[in-house]
Amino acid sequence: MITLENVSKSYTNDGMPALNNVSLHINKGEFVFIVGDSGSGKSTMIKLLLRELTPTSGRIIVNNFDLARLRRRKIPKYRRNIGVVFQDFRLLKDRNVYENVAFAQRVIERPTKEIKKNVPAMLSLVGLPEKYRSKTKELSGGEQQRVALARALVNNPPILLADEPTGNLDPRNSWEIMKLLEEINRRGTTVVVVTHNREIVNAMRKRVITVKKGVIVSDEEKGEYIDED
Amino acid sequence: MKISTFVFTFKQGFKNIFRNKIFSLATIATIAACIFLFGLFYSVVENVRYSIAKAETNVAVTVFFDEDITDSRIQEIGEMIRSRPEVASVNYVSASDAWEAFKVDYLGEYADGYEGDNPLEGSENFEIYLQDVSKQGQLVSFLETVDGIREINHSDVTANILTQFNKLLSYVSLGIIGILLAVSLFLISNTVAMGIAVRREEIGIMKLIGATDFVVRSPFLIEGILLGVIGATIPLVAVYFIYNNIIVYATEQFVILNDILHFKTARDIFSVLIPVALVLGVGLGFFGSLITVRKHLRV
Repeated sequence: MITLENVSKSYTNDGMPALNNVSLHINKGEFVFIVGDSGSGKSTMIKLLLRELTPTSGRIIVNNFDLARLRRRKIPKYRRNIGVVFQDFRLLKDRNVYENVAFAQRVIERPTKEIKKNVPAMLSLVGLPEKYRSKTKELSGGEQQRVALARALVNNPPILLADEPTGNLDPRNSWEIMKLLEEINRRGTTVVVVTHNREIVNAMRKRVITVKKGVIVSDEEKGEYIDED
Repeated sequence: MKISTFVFTFKQGFKNIFRNKIFSLATIATIAACIFLFGLFYSVVENVRYSIAKAETNVAVTVFFDEDITDSRIQEIGEMIRSRPEVASVNYVSASDAWEAFKVDYLGEYADGYEGDNPLEGSENFEIYLQDVSKQGQLVSFLETVDGIREINHSDVTANILTQFNKLLSYVSLGIIGILLAVSLFLISNTVAMGIAVRREEIGIMKLIGATDFVVRSPFLIEGILLGVIGATIPLVAVYFIYNNIIVYATEQFVILNDILHFKTARDIFSVLIPVALVLGVGLGFFGSLITVRKHLRV
């Protein structure tokens, strides 16, 4: 489903690469944590998977799309295979919950009838069926992340990327979001979570890929967050 | 594009105006200011041109004939003059017409002493009015070659002044249009910079969830067009009221200048100004949005 082959990414010609000769494979339906400290290369990996960046060298294959060769006009089609949530939620602040989730379906030109059916279903899945009229700025951090999750999933993507999804949340909300991600994974979506939340990673007993200074230092099934020091 | 997507896009474009109120107001104000200046300038220039054109129509070349000329020769000369491209109209004034006009203009009741007598006998003439007063020299040169013409009266000074003034007006118009264009570009570029800041996040989100460039761009273009229409309509209404009031005020307060100042009707002015201003407004809105969105499409 996701394959990185000898991927390197440098932002400058002479500096240290953000990712250095990284190879990994993630199967369909897996739940994977990518962990590491700030500056380890985790976010670069997410940006490469979203095709916001292209690798300096190596190949990235996601759901049969070769990202280095992907033409610019094909990028939207590729991104429809991927749901994404961020630490800062990235919701449209001037729109309500329903409009934010519906927006993801509008931009891929789903019929209105389908949108009216899918959005409430997705809001129910994330536990916010009654908040559909609320403006996103009126919601708590946990609720905003749930809206972001609903938006990421409403188009039914086979892959969900979560970049520090609990970074702005308290422990209770963090756990609720992780339980939701686990439920989404159980339904068949491949979930990749980038985080440095040691407690959650250690408790969930999933595959853990540890990145340090742009290099994968460990990749373990039912792994733990390795203390780098 | 599907109909539902088109409806959604249009609604989004409309809603965007209210979502970013400050940006929308800045854009409308910018476009309105540019078009207001343009509208005022256009109205002034058109009326000056109109007054000059009116003045030109009063500049006539008068030709008098040899004393022994026949009526048929006068008719021939008339046809020759009428066939000239620079001639707008030719008016034959007989000796008795000339005397009647003279009596009314200069003698009044004292004309009674001249009853039965025409002191202007032999002064029948053609009054020739020109299409373009700058061509007066050409016409006079031609008339000097025509047999049967005794005298040609014309004013080189008036013709030259009007011609020179027309040229000057053209240069000043070009200069002011250039300045207006520069000011407009400066204002629009500032507004576009503001639009970039406002839209960066939204466009980024749209791109990350798989929107094509077309879908991302469309609501912003519709928003730009709507802002352009609003931005053009406001100054058009303002200029319309200002224009009408100025005409009324000037014609009532400066009666003495009524022979010099001639105003075009608001209908004449706005039959050109409305389409030009709308095209300008929509163009500024459309291209301003296009530039703004383009900056963010490469996500």
